[in-house]
Amino acid sequence: MVNITINHLETSVPEGTTILEAAREIGVHIPTLCHLDLPDIKMVNRVGTCRVCMVEVEGKWNLTPACSTAVTPGMVIHTDTLRAIRARRTVVELLLSNHPRECLTCERNGTCELQSLAAELGIREIKFKGPRIHTEKDTTSYSIVRNAEKCVLCRRCETMCNEVQTVGVYSAVHRGFDCLIGTAFDLPMLETSCTCCGQCVSVCPTAALTETDDSAEVWEAIANPDLYVVAQTAPAVRVTLGEEFGLPVGTQVTGKMTAALRKMGFDKVLDTDFAADLTIMEEASEFIHRMKHGGRLPILTSCCPAWVKFIEHQFPDLLDIPSTCKSPHEMFGAIAKTYLARKLGVDPAKMVVVSIMPCLAKKFEARREELSGHEVGSNVDYVLSTRELARMIREAGIHFNALPEEDFDGVMGESSGASAIFGTTGGVIEAVVRTAACWLDPENPNPQIDFQQLRGIEGIREACVEFAGQKFCVAIAHGLGNARKLLTDIQEGKAQYDAIEIMACPSGCVGGGGQPYHGNNMEVLTQRACAVYNEDKGKSVRRSHENKEVLALYKEFLGEPYGEKAHELLHTRYQKRDQI
Amino acid sequence: MSEKAAQVRIALRNCGVIDPENISDYIATDGYEALAKALFSMTPDEVIETVKKSGLRGRGGAGFPTGIKWETARKSQSDVKYVLCNADEGDPGAFMDRSLLEGDPHCILEAMALCGYAIGAQEGIIYVRAEYPLAVKHLQLAIRQAEALGLLGDNILGGDFSFHLSLYFGAGAFVCGEETSLMNSVQGGRGEPRIKPPFPAVSGLWNAPTNINNVETYANIPQIIRNGWEWFRQFGTEKSPGTKVFALAGRVNNVGLVEVPMGTPLRTIIEDIGGGIQGGRRCKAVQTGGPSGGCIPAEHLDTPIDYESLAGLGSMMGSGGMIVMDEGDCMVGIAKFYLTFTAEESCGKCTPCRIGNRRLLEMLTRITEGEGRMKDLDELDILGNIIKDTALCGLGMSSPNPAISTLRFFRDEYEAHVRDKRCPAGTCKKLVGYKILEDKCMGCTVCARNCPVSCISGARKKVHVIDQKRCVKCGVCHSKCPFDAIARG
Repeated sequence: MVNITINHLETSVPEGTTILEAAREIGVHIPTLCHLDLPDIKMVNRVGTCRVCMVEVEGKWNLTPACSTAVTPGMVIHTDTLRAIRARRTVVELLLSNHPRECLTCERNGTCELQSLAAELGIREIKFKGPRIHTEKDTTSYSIVRNAEKCVLCRRCETMCNEVQTVGVYSAVHRGFDCLIGTAFDLPMLETSCTCCGQCVSVCPTAALTETDDSAEVWEAIANPDLYVVAQTAPAVRVTLGEEFGLPVGTQVTGKMTAALRKMGFDKVLDTDFAADLTIMEEASEFIHRMKHGGRLPILTSCCPAWVKFIEHQFPDLLDIPSTCKSPHEMFGAIAKTYLARKLGVDPAKMVVVSIMPCLAKKFEARREELSGHEVGSNVDYVLSTRELARMIREAGIHFNALPEEDFDGVMGESSGASAIFGTTGGVIEAVVRTAACWLDPENPNPQIDFQQLRGIEGIREACVEFAGQKFCVAIAHGLGNARKLLTDIQEGKAQYDAIEIMACPSGCVGGGGQPYHGNNMEVLTQRACAVYNEDKGKSVRRSHENKEVLALYKEFLGEPYGEKAHELLHTRYQKRDQI
Repeated sequence: MSEKAAQVRIALRNCGVIDPENISDYIATDGYEALAKALFSMTPDEVIETVKKSGLRGRGGAGFPTGIKWETARKSQSDVKYVLCNADEGDPGAFMDRSLLEGDPHCILEAMALCGYAIGAQEGIIYVRAEYPLAVKHLQLAIRQAEALGLLGDNILGGDFSFHLSLYFGAGAFVCGEETSLMNSVQGGRGEPRIKPPFPAVSGLWNAPTNINNVETYANIPQIIRNGWEWFRQFGTEKSPGTKVFALAGRVNNVGLVEVPMGTPLRTIIEDIGGGIQGGRRCKAVQTGGPSGGCIPAEHLDTPIDYESLAGLGSMMGSGGMIVMDEGDCMVGIAKFYLTFTAEESCGKCTPCRIGNRRLLEMLTRITEGEGRMKDLDELDILGNIIKDTALCGLGMSSPNPAISTLRFFRDEYEAHVRDKRCPAGTCKKLVGYKILEDKCMGCTVCARNCPVSCISGARKKVHVIDQKRCVKCGVCHSKCPFDAIARG
């Protein structure tokens, strides 16, 4: 333990504690901006670039950054002296002097950390009058908009992308006042190895990185009387949307969300969960098929489009191991524009499928060539993130919290508990296992439903499940850095698994790049995951292959799972991409 | 005192004396004797103790005691350690390290091997500017020659100690002279500083304990080991023993490298060694420490040069740049010149250096263009000091020095720019105008013929006139007029 004094208060903290951590322990607040520690996902951004957390340490001639300085024995620290306060204010004023200051029209108005910091420090005037840096907005990506003018160079995106996700899109470029976070060779985002996971957006303190906004096009479609607009909502959206309206984290708002979508004018409000059950039918079939016919194992889940793009860029030699199943919302689109359109008597060309997703990578996925092609055009026309949906609900003047609980429409609205858990890490593989256990052991009167060994928050988990007298080795990774470790082990032949689930975002889709800002609190993700498991528990049907609407779909339209029609509509292919 | 008498050559002892391309020349002047002495008659601790007792301090910037650095690196437990040489000499007009590398490369090699032995490292890297081709050539040659004679490489001089040296080329970024930026650069990363602590001696290159010194610091080592710390301490002062090499430049008659014992007054360097100011004009100030140093006014010329006294005057030793200015130099313009350099060379990592220096520069620019307000002078001082207080690395911590020190010692000049819209030295173009004095002009046409923009008109033997709208204020007419008929004001 190290004895120190902060603002005349004596305290004792473990060795290696930073001044900031020690101060927080005893309730002394030091403002910060660039600093971000997310130990759950091993993200440490202690780069000390913003210089907001400067404090006075006795015996040192200059000020000390509290976020990145470890305490030393006998250290005497002052956080509230005129010198420290003045320095902090000046640093924030300098940042603001190079910032567009268009808060009223900014995407992050109300959620911007720089804005709150300026408010907290009571900045009323910016003494420095010089010009600002001018750059072009990069709007090439289908998922992420980069506006370097609003960047404060906190380097969080860089740490997230390079160290946590190991994708390496961002780096500081240029010198001095012209320094900004850029891409390799100044390439447009679309041409980089960006997986579109959107985790950089999740940790960006300002609007330097935001999601692309597709809400205007969706409003247009809804307003067009010639179009039939279908909404589908992902499993992880219903447990987070409430946060945007001040409800406690983990509140399940499925009914209100459905009501809101109807009020907004969608012609049908349906459920991606239905398609998640459909995915399991296909993926479990594919798994059993590969097992029985000596196919390549492990099988990798393919629900996460950021992860799929990651393997295409980073491990092109492993493209034969992911399942060929489309992700659930893409399956939904393919079925909606064929089966559903026929049932409703709607011209598929006039049908618009809007996916409401926790994800930014789904926006990119929807534009993939191989996911349009057949007679219906794109499977999915627009993808909205949870944040965009919340904005649209507010824009429409809907009092969300006062809405009644409503149900999804039929035909593609029913879902099992297995589909609900798609929203969190380990959920997809558990859903596969639930169904595979029944199919491989049809005589078992009481097959297992809950596979606790597959749940948890560790970045890489391994577990064995046993059924039908067989042992299956399963691995789960969330976060692309963890995925890379797992894939490298497979590539080098160090690991043998039967099935692997990978999600690009921390904790899976509950931590998706399009979710409400978690405020740098990873506990939020755990609470969202809890809500997902509670939803599963409350369902009467908890296995995908028991979903009646799904069974009807096969009977009426698709035929056999993993059969010819299913292949045509529900499976896809992957392509090698460059590593830049 | 004569030019020679004031100088003592320790670091530069071989420069210009031996053939740097021939290792025999170096050996003939007792080269590699220190290494042999250390390897076969001293323990690593004894080597460190000698360096510590010598009182040698870093010659590259802040003057940290070299022996303590070495001791910390020795105490850091690790299988792999590195010895780095900072040869990224970046101060404009400074070429101390270049001369050493070009003129006496083996001396640096020997010192780094000594350091490797002392701290327990087997690998050394010299980070040298690619813009120093001769230095690179001589270093490469020297390494090959030393390896051939068993003075570098495996089992040096047949003993147990092995030490390998290689070069790494810097691409000209000033900030890479900052030790942690330099290490990032060697690792293939962007040249920008890391947070300290941990210091390089604990976690440096590739996170291994690393000792990094600059060229001139190393140049002193072989002689300290060979002659003993007592010998070294006979030069210089109690707190700053030894000598310092300066790149003397500016308005003095003799410019070039000088090496003097620490504690030598500035006046000795300027008047005795530098031969006084050109054209018999008066010295106005001396800028030391490179672009991050400060300007010391002429009334402090008797200050003995050491780390503490320079810092006390708001300047620094730095790597040894020394620029002498006279009445013709505008101190606001000088501050602006240096800040232009540092603002451009800032890596941009931390807010105060990235944005603060730019804003400081804008204030100075406004002042030199006659658009400053009296309030700006206080704000300049406040912002400058906050940048020093909050910047991440040595570059930002010192970049406001030229502005702060000139404001401190030459406030009247600043006020003249702001209040009277006048540049006393007559160099700030926006504040200067030229006018032909009717009573003095003889109509000789010299001014009109020399004006580069042909804005002076007038017939032969008639009074000439300057077209103020087209005048670019270059001052050529003023300097060429044989009758002092052109007034500046």
